[in-house]
Amino acid sequence: MGSHPRSDRRRFLTSGGALAGFVMGATRPGRSQTAAPYEPQGLLAYGQPSRFANLVRRTTGRPTTITDTALMTPLQELDGIITPSGLHYLMDHVNGIPDIDPRQHRLLLHGMVDRPLTFTMEELKRFPSVSRIHFLECNANSRPLRGPNRESVQLVHGRTSCSEWTGVLLSVLLAECGVQQQASWIVAEGSDSNRYTMSIPLGKALDDALVAYAQNGEPVRPHQGYPLRLVVPGWEAIRAVKWLRRVHVVDQPYMAWHESGNNADTRPDGKGLWFRFELGPKSVITRPSGGQHLPGPGFCEITGLAWSGGGIVRRVDVSTDGGRTYREAELQQPVLPHAHTRFRFPWRWNGEEAVLQSRCTDQRGEVQPTIEEAAKILNATIDYFYQADHFNGIQPWKIARDGSVTNALP
Amino acid sequence: MRCRERLLAAAVTLAACVPAQAQGPTYGLGRTPSAEDIRAADTAVAPDGTGLPPGRGTARDGAGVYAQKCAACHGPNGTGTALHRGLIPLGNAKPVKIQGSLVPYATTVWDFINRAMPWTKPGSLVADEVYAVTAYVLYLNDIVKDTDVLDATSLSKVQMPHRDDFIPAQPGWKPGTRRQFGNYPKRQ
Ligand code: HEC
Repeated sequence: MGSHPRSDRRRFLTSGGALAGFVMGATRPGRSQTAAPYEPQGLLAYGQPSRFANLVRRTTGRPTTITDTALMTPLQELDGIITPSGLHYLMDHVNGIPDIDPRQHRLLLHGMVDRPLTFTMEELKRFPSVSRIHFLECNANSRPLRGPNRESVQLVHGRTSCSEWTGVLLSVLLAECGVQQQASWIVAEGSDSNRYTMSIPLGKALDDALVAYAQNGEPVRPHQGYPLRLVVPGWEAIRAVKWLRRVHVVDQPYMAWHESGNNADTRPDGKGLWFRFELGPKSVITRPSGGQHLPGPGFCEITGLAWSGGGIVRRVDVSTDGGRTYREAELQQPVLPHAHTRFRFPWRWNGEEAVLQSRCTDQRGEVQPTIEEAAKILNATIDYFYQADHFNGIQPWKIARDGSVTNALP
Repeated sequence: MRCRERLLAAAVTLAACVPAQAQGPTYGLGRTPSAEDIRAADTAVAPDGTGLPPGRGTARDGAGVYAQKCAACHGPNGTGTALHRGLIPLGNAKPVKIQGSLVPYATTVWDFINRAMPWTKPGSLVADEVYAVTAYVLYLNDIVKDTDVLDATSLSKVQMPHRDDFIPAQPGWKPGTRRQFGNYPKRQ
């Protein structure tokens, strides 16, 4: 924890470089005519962003012996809809990131199936594959904060990232095994020290769950589940099991640790809720956002991200007067199901106080609520959301006359 | 019988527009795992006790295991240490509105200890130790008595506090299912 996100890659490069040197040394003798093949080293072998770009994951947590501290994506620094893999947010319950040799890795599918099967990575890649752009989001994302950390879109909303995932649809693998009629759930298990476990209704597993081996064009990174991750589009990312090694087809949810007591919400009436599954429609303005500063009046495009567990983002409306009036923002293509969607809104700041906020409506017609509306739905006070998960309320940012931007949630 | 099941499954499949369920394999990739491979991998335990191995233990038996293998991190009385959370109450659903354990099934505690604890040596406990130390953790939470015997039949019968305070999982999720507590416009 707390280690610089680039140090891993550097370590990898150092050992890779050493290996390349060894190979070159071995082939040199007696070939004075032919130059040794050029092996690019360091940043030429695998590039890095400019040292002037402020691209770092940050956290509000403290270092612990386990990786249960969230490292958040710097949404305010990013453009378009794809999160670079090295900036994907992290939130794990594991004792160390598994270091898995893909040649040893197996995926086992068994339980209520006609033909249990195991697959090597090579066999999996022989199946018809698909590439799909999907966001992942932690159920604790966007929980309103008090104190200085609330002045940062990264620290409040940075537990979401969006990638192009490539892999085999779980439905294809399950069909290969022949799911039996009495089955109604799957239990997915990782190969980390916890053998992290999650139950998922069979309906979702057969709909669009993806057994992904690649992320943004390269193998899934170790922190994201190398060599295999289960991507469950639009659902709370606690279901997106990393280091996937087993899919057990069953007829009941297994109530594993991280899906029962540990990730449940308690409703204001005292009822506990497991299995929230689908995430609500959400949007947030990433520029200008908390902690930033407008140098002066004049034109300033408002931009941000919208997404929904309900599928496609149908529209985003932006208000510059704290929600009194809204106008529709432009959605930048591509607009894809269960993916971050980039919105843009032209704005000329007149130098007066303003409150900027965005509102997402998804393909089902569900509308992102204000914190007051969300409280009404749950019959709660707004303080409830400062402790609960699954908050998808509207985020207002206040522009002061001096151009400073602060969080305007109560 | 098997044939009829398949026909039925095929009919359901067609109705749900799910491709190729309950047919023969299409691609013929992958290998059939041995029964032993499956048994070795299949350690998960369901709330009804499915998957529990033989074995037994009481909180009294578990006190020693706890002192030796758990107390260093979770504290001698289960109240936690500087780096690690305590085990009383179990779980931490947010916000903490309900006092006491929020884990709805004793099998969940057994399964988590069996797969993940002790943190630095998961999988090192034998079944009797898991039953005993689970009993001890439940005893610390006033859920069982120190002489109650936990085994493959009694574990799933342990009445956890607040089990009925949870809204049950919805098994019937289908594409298009409306989100609970959504903000949908009134008239639609
Ligand atoms: C090296 C430190 C360490 C040791 C030893 C250890 N644990 Fe843990 N324990 C942890 C950590 C860290 C977590 C949190 C894991 C997570 O969040 O996934 C935890 C979580 C738990 C939990 C879930 C608690 C909750 O409410 O979230 C239980 C139950 C548990 N341990 C039982 C045990 C038992 C029983 C033993 C002895 C057999 C044991 N632990 C030994 C570090 C340890």
